[in-house]
Amino acid sequence: MTEIHKTDAVIIGAGPIGLFAVFELGLNDIKAHLIDILDRPGGQCAELYPEKPIYDIPAIPVCTGAELTTRLMEQIKPFHPVFHLNQMAEKLEKIAEGWRITSDRGTVIEAKIVILAAGGGSFVPKKPPIKGIEAYENQSVFYAVRKMDTFRGKHLAIAGGGDSAMDWVINLQPLAASLTLIHRRDEFRAAPDSVSKMRALVAEGKMQLKIAQIMGLKGEGGKLQSLVVKDDKGESEHVCDTLLAFYGLTMRLGPVAQFGVAMEGELIPVNTANFETSVPGVFAVGDINVYPGKMKLILSGFHEAALMAKKAFEYIHPGRKYRFQYTTSSSDLQEKLGVKPDERAA
Amino acid sequence: MKLYVTDKDGKEHTLEGTNDWSVMEVMRENGIEVLAQCGGSCACATCHVYVEGDWNSKLPPPSEEEIGMLDGAFEVQDNSRLSCQIKCSPAYEGLKVKVAPGSY
Ligand SMILES: Cc1cc2nc3c(=O)[nH]c(=O)nc-3n(C[C@H](O)[C@H](O)[C@H](O)COP(=O)(O)OP(=O)(O)OC[C@H]3O[C@@H](n4cnc5c(N)ncnc54)[C@H](O)[C@@H]3O)c2cc1C
Ligand code: FES
Repeated sequence: MTEIHKTDAVIIGAGPIGLFAVFELGLNDIKAHLIDILDRPGGQCAELYPEKPIYDIPAIPVCTGAELTTRLMEQIKPFHPVFHLNQMAEKLEKIAEGWRITSDRGTVIEAKIVILAAGGGSFVPKKPPIKGIEAYENQSVFYAVRKMDTFRGKHLAIAGGGDSAMDWVINLQPLAASLTLIHRRDEFRAAPDSVSKMRALVAEGKMQLKIAQIMGLKGEGGKLQSLVVKDDKGESEHVCDTLLAFYGLTMRLGPVAQFGVAMEGELIPVNTANFETSVPGVFAVGDINVYPGKMKLILSGFHEAALMAKKAFEYIHPGRKYRFQYTTSSSDLQEKLGVKPDERAA
Repeated sequence: MKLYVTDKDGKEHTLEGTNDWSVMEVMRENGIEVLAQCGGSCACATCHVYVEGDWNSKLPPPSEEEIGMLDGAFEVQDNSRLSCQIKCSPAYEGLKVKVAPGSY
């Protein structure tokens, strides 16, 4: 039986704003679980620009996307957030005590409130813009490896020139009946060690390297028979029965559109007093929301999280009186954070 | 400067390019469909365009970073560029680009 996790708040999206929401909720005695389809926290900062600098985080003159994520993770540690990574939050249902969220991996979380921090959407693999490719997906065309055995004995083509392509070339080569790596140029943006391993396999005749681009698919009933590839000399066919394509990730709104909150295009309108959506108890913070004057900046999202948490307090602790306090002077907040300022001063 | 853009449906648009803005920003400002998910940081390859006519040789060549990022684009050709990396300037009066598959 699937275990049902019970908590106060479930946060969809572990980008910078979802992470900071944990902090603001924590100060208000609200526990949180987070779900993200990525394999690590940080959202766009982790996936799109881990090594690029950010200059407009208040009081941090410069930090990279990865550094910001690490610092946020450290800041929210006292609140012990529970992460459910590598999974898509797929379904949101109303239950008597609040909400039930189910992921595509079968994780079930029941919470009193829901925070949509879905940013620019969920990160999903980029799909080649080839007409009719959908018919082959999950049968002979894949964008990720869930079970290595799927590729055993296959005439496999792997497309891409980054770390995912290299890693899977190395791991699947012993299993596949034949393996060809297809990349548009004879240069690879991957760990040099993996690239050397791949080149060694090619030199030993254990796999092929094809400098070309995939333009089309041929097959029937979802069964791939060959790829139409293009190189300097023009188009030709490459015979194979399975394709694994790694072109990086892209953001797509995904299941959030079906969660039942009012939408404005791909964004969620909110009340700027508390960042609640059209549905009571469901909030939206960060890049996913929209309101007059909205700016898609990290600092705006942090502010939104603070106001959201104040309203969330009413839902989670209905009998309690909300108390506005500073972390500098409140021993109550400092206890939650596990800090002793006297020691720091000494 | 005048900028000519062919959109995903093959329709040609004449746009006014603001100096120093990237071609991606000008397209976006004018409602041309282009994903440009990273907002011009050379980090997503979803602002891929084909530079038409002989403009390819007249533009400054792409950086290593841009060439690398094009690995995440589709149907890349010799005249492929990331439109967020091309800056408008009077020197490019009449520049012509076409939004590439996978970027809309
Ligand atoms: C290259 C680049 C440079 C930038 N530079 C700056 C800058 O200098 N300053 C600044 O303030 N901002 C900058 N930004 C913008 C900033 O990164 C965003 O505003 C910020 O990431 C938004 O945070 P978020 O938490 O709202 O969403 P995101 O970072 O988009 O995170 C959302 C997360 O939710 C997940 N998700 C969505 N739906 C689901 C679902 N159904 N199930 C599971 N997971 C889901 C996604 O996978 C993602 O990880 C930059 C952005 C880019 C791309
Ligand atoms: S907008 Fe992302 S690379 Fe140009």
